[in-house]
Amino acid sequence: MRDVIVIGAGPAGLAGAIASASFGLKVTVIDEFIKPGGRLIGQLHQEPSGEWWNGIKESERLHQEAKTLSVDIRCGVSVYNLEKDDDLWNVHTSIGTLTAPYVLVATGAAEYPIPLPGWTLPGVMSIGAAQVMTNVHRVEVGKKGIIIGANILAFAILNELQLAGIHVDRIVLPEKNPLSGKAGEPEEVMKSLLNAAHLAPSPLLRMGSRFMKNGSFRKIGMKFYPKNGVKVNGTPLLLRKAAIEIIGTEQVEGVRVADTDENGNIIPGSEKIYEADFVCIAGGLYPLAELVAVSGCPFQYIPELGGHVPHHSEMMETPLEGLFVAGNITGIESGKIAMAQGTTAGYAIAKHAGKDGAAIDKQLQEAVQNVRSVREQAAIQFNPEIDSGRRKMSELWESLYSKNTRENSQIKIG
Amino acid sequence: MTRIINHPILGKLEDRKAVPFTFDGKTYEAFENETIAAALLANGIRKLRVHEDSGTPRGFYCNIGHCMECRVTVNDHANVRACLTVVEKNMVIESGKQHPNIVKRMVEQQ
Repeated sequence: MRDVIVIGAGPAGLAGAIASASFGLKVTVIDEFIKPGGRLIGQLHQEPSGEWWNGIKESERLHQEAKTLSVDIRCGVSVYNLEKDDDLWNVHTSIGTLTAPYVLVATGAAEYPIPLPGWTLPGVMSIGAAQVMTNVHRVEVGKKGIIIGANILAFAILNELQLAGIHVDRIVLPEKNPLSGKAGEPEEVMKSLLNAAHLAPSPLLRMGSRFMKNGSFRKIGMKFYPKNGVKVNGTPLLLRKAAIEIIGTEQVEGVRVADTDENGNIIPGSEKIYEADFVCIAGGLYPLAELVAVSGCPFQYIPELGGHVPHHSEMMETPLEGLFVAGNITGIESGKIAMAQGTTAGYAIAKHAGKDGAAIDKQLQEAVQNVRSVREQAAIQFNPEIDSGRRKMSELWESLYSKNTRENSQIKIG
Repeated sequence: MTRIINHPILGKLEDRKAVPFTFDGKTYEAFENETIAAALLANGIRKLRVHEDSGTPRGFYCNIGHCMECRVTVNDHANVRACLTVVEKNMVIESGKQHPNIVKRMVEQQ
């Protein structure tokens, strides 16, 4: 008999599997990708301490630890439905239906697309696709690229592409329209970049950051933003240029770009074509939560967390009995937070499964505390308002579900 | 395209076994444990299919299985995601083709 099914072998899922298995639970982890690690295996950056965060090594460490605890990890398996039958969850997968009393959904995040004319051409890819091709598959995505969209993830991956010797020619914004939203507004983009200014895409941004945090200075700053951009590790960041169209017949040949005013409006007659053989679209991340949605779990829209997220407690319980969540499905944050949340979920499952009292309570409390301290120590936030988003969810949980005792806080369905 | 053999942090790409496969009737080489999308890109191929109705070209977009843009036919099995499927020895891969749309053609002729 299997006790736990973990969906997603990323940092949250593996950490959850390890925590549950450490209390003697029998755990199966399933993942669609060819190897475990999730998006952790693409990550590669230097910490403020100077140390390298090598996602491949971190994944291998987690994978080894899980294997030592006899966790059954199955890659290349897709899940297409999740539903409950009396006391057991049915996880419908490409290798048949698996059942267990506890399920941890750790499906991570997906990228918001920014559709624009020509974006279906071969050679156009999400920024995350370029990361995976570069760091995981070690295949060059092209010789000369353009990134459309300027956000923290785009800069992190720009760095990784440069490390691998891939030439990124420039970064431009998407054209301002309802689909691109804030990503097409120079001032909004500047505002979001300033939150990471201490990690500084460039000395200029770093110097200007405090000054630019003031709204009216920022407006002036955008008005006089250099036409040729500010260089980020040698790649010009063009906040006053917008991509109008990606051109090419059989594949990408270039991007038609226009100058914009400080509000992101196109200046007529300023169009130009920049050649490129690949284009990365960087629209940011949202929680990938469809599976939890089909299970019947209630959701809340919390923009600070990246979009619609399943209701969950700080112990990573959902209102549905036996269903737990961890990682980016609960809100967009770093891989380290995902691991800390996964550990919490794993202990919470062990507690629900009736594992011994004192030890589990202590470890669960420490794990919850650890999520908070990892968040406080984070050098970078995908969303600077993350604390407020987390607070909203915990208040929501308190108001909706805390009437019950903690042990019985989950609703019985099925 | 070429492979990223040397990497300052991730190190040198270890020697892997070459695996032959065909794509639209031509033979190529992948490395073992490599996805179809990666192997084709390494061979300079970006176009994985054409849109079933319009016939316009498509390649991989998300590279992690979400977008379904990279679907190809593998050993006669249609709509297989190239980004999640590992190349196996002598695999026969076909690009996705344009489908006939009789109604549309009729409307166009009127």
